[in-house]
Amino acid sequence: MDLIRLVNVKKTYKTGVTAIQDLNLSIKKGEFVFIIGSTGCGKSTLIKMLYREEKPTSGQIIVGGVNVGRLRNGKVYKIRRKIGVVFQDYKLLPKSTVYENVAFALEIFGIPKEEIHSKVIKVLELVGLKHKIKSYPAQLSGGEQQRVAIARAIVNGPKLLICDEPTGNLDPSTSMEIMKVLEEINKLGTTIIMVTHSIDIVKEMNRRVIVLDSGRLLKDYEEGTYR
Amino acid sequence: MKTFRIIGRNIRDAFKGVFRNFSLSLASISCITITLIVVAVSIVLSYNVDNFTNLVEKDVTIVAFLDNELDDEQIDGIKDKISVVDNVEKYEFISKSDITKDMMESSDIFESIMKNWSDEENPIQNTFQVKVEDINDIDKAAKDIKKIEGVTLVKYGEGMVEQLVSAFDVVHKICLISVVALILVTAFLISNTIKITISSRQREISIMRLIGASNLNIRIPFIIEGLLLGALGSIIPIIMTIYGYISIYQKFNGQLFSPFIKLIPPTPFVYTTSLLLLGIGIIVGMFGSWRAVRKHLKI
Repeated sequence: MDLIRLVNVKKTYKTGVTAIQDLNLSIKKGEFVFIIGSTGCGKSTLIKMLYREEKPTSGQIIVGGVNVGRLRNGKVYKIRRKIGVVFQDYKLLPKSTVYENVAFALEIFGIPKEEIHSKVIKVLELVGLKHKIKSYPAQLSGGEQQRVAIARAIVNGPKLLICDEPTGNLDPSTSMEIMKVLEEINKLGTTIIMVTHSIDIVKEMNRRVIVLDSGRLLKDYEEGTYR
Repeated sequence: MKTFRIIGRNIRDAFKGVFRNFSLSLASISCITITLIVVAVSIVLSYNVDNFTNLVEKDVTIVAFLDNELDDEQIDGIKDKISVVDNVEKYEFISKSDITKDMMESSDIFESIMKNWSDEENPIQNTFQVKVEDINDIDKAAKDIKKIEGVTLVKYGEGMVEQLVSAFDVVHKICLISVVALILVTAFLISNTIKITISSRQREISIMRLIGASNLNIRIPFIIEGLLLGALGSIIPIIMTIYGYISIYQKFNGQLFSPFIKLIPPTPFVYTTSLLLLGIGIIVGMFGSWRAVRKHLKI
């Protein structure tokens, strides 16, 4: 069953630059997909359209049955609650502890304190940071900060986790630790789409790979076929 | 239950926001404090000017001089007629003997002249002293009284009263305009300072949006934070208004320079002014936050 379906998607920015054109794509529930390509090929634009940071100029983007391109600004939060997003720069609240950063994603929905506590502890356990709940982001390494960001992205139990170069700022061994965490999350049923520049990671993980070039789909490698 | 939890979280986050961004919060609070002090001074001044003009206006009296040939019955008749004249608030009959007595008591010279006057020789007339409700229509009331048979002359300081009334009107309007203008300037200043405070937290707002917070979810803690900043910023102006005004009132014995210029008694004046300051601080603080966050929600 398709979780994501893109039909004839085109995105032209106000500056006149066309970032995505004639893109048709579908991603099934539970898949782990890498999106690769050279700088400026449209990878970031593609994932920004998935969580409706950007709107397509034409075409349809269906995520979990919702046409996200047609969502009004005031309703965007509805789709965002079903999607977790992880960034290269972690985007953590510097003045909040690890626990508060993760709990933040649950508190805004009015979830009871006890439930928040058990969910946060569970998810921090999953990313291996249970012992750092009282630390502030500045006291953590890059890899640890990224694991906090992942914990925050998945604590709501999203169907889809979008990762925009999550290992971009990390050394190879820390990057592989992050990939292991993501693999665990994928095993629990969450669909993962990850943009990366690291061919080593892509080869190591051996999953489906979508290659973009100048905003078009250049190649779509099935799981285990990218070499 | 869920709504209460969300409200509780919003209040807690607002407090956290104020204290975790303390230097910027302090900047906002200082700005609110300074502008509210200016507003407080202008409110106190304008209310006192208004009070003073009202007291002066109330003091203006129409004096109706009566024919000295009238008997008591005819004077009673005039009294009835004055009582039904439009705009008359109250009136008092003062007989020629009362006036003579007052004048003799007030000066030795008057006494030496007047003590030898017989009742027939006394040129002073019986009078009615009339106060009006609306000083702007004093002229009409005076003319109506003049028409009453037995009234020989009506005086109320014609010309001067009209000038005084129009001068007070101008003063009153200037006071009102300056208070409103100051409140608007305050609103602008405070909302801009809060805007800077909140703009520095753009990252926080963008993260909230990313994790699926609705616009309302994002706005409410910031609006409560604005409310808190406004309330905290109004503390010093309120203390200054209460203690400052009471000490000035006591020092000057309730009057400024002369008994003619009376100050408004501190109670309940200082408390209503304090409430007004708190209200302005809170509303402007909330408005400033709402305006600032709105800018960051247009994604």
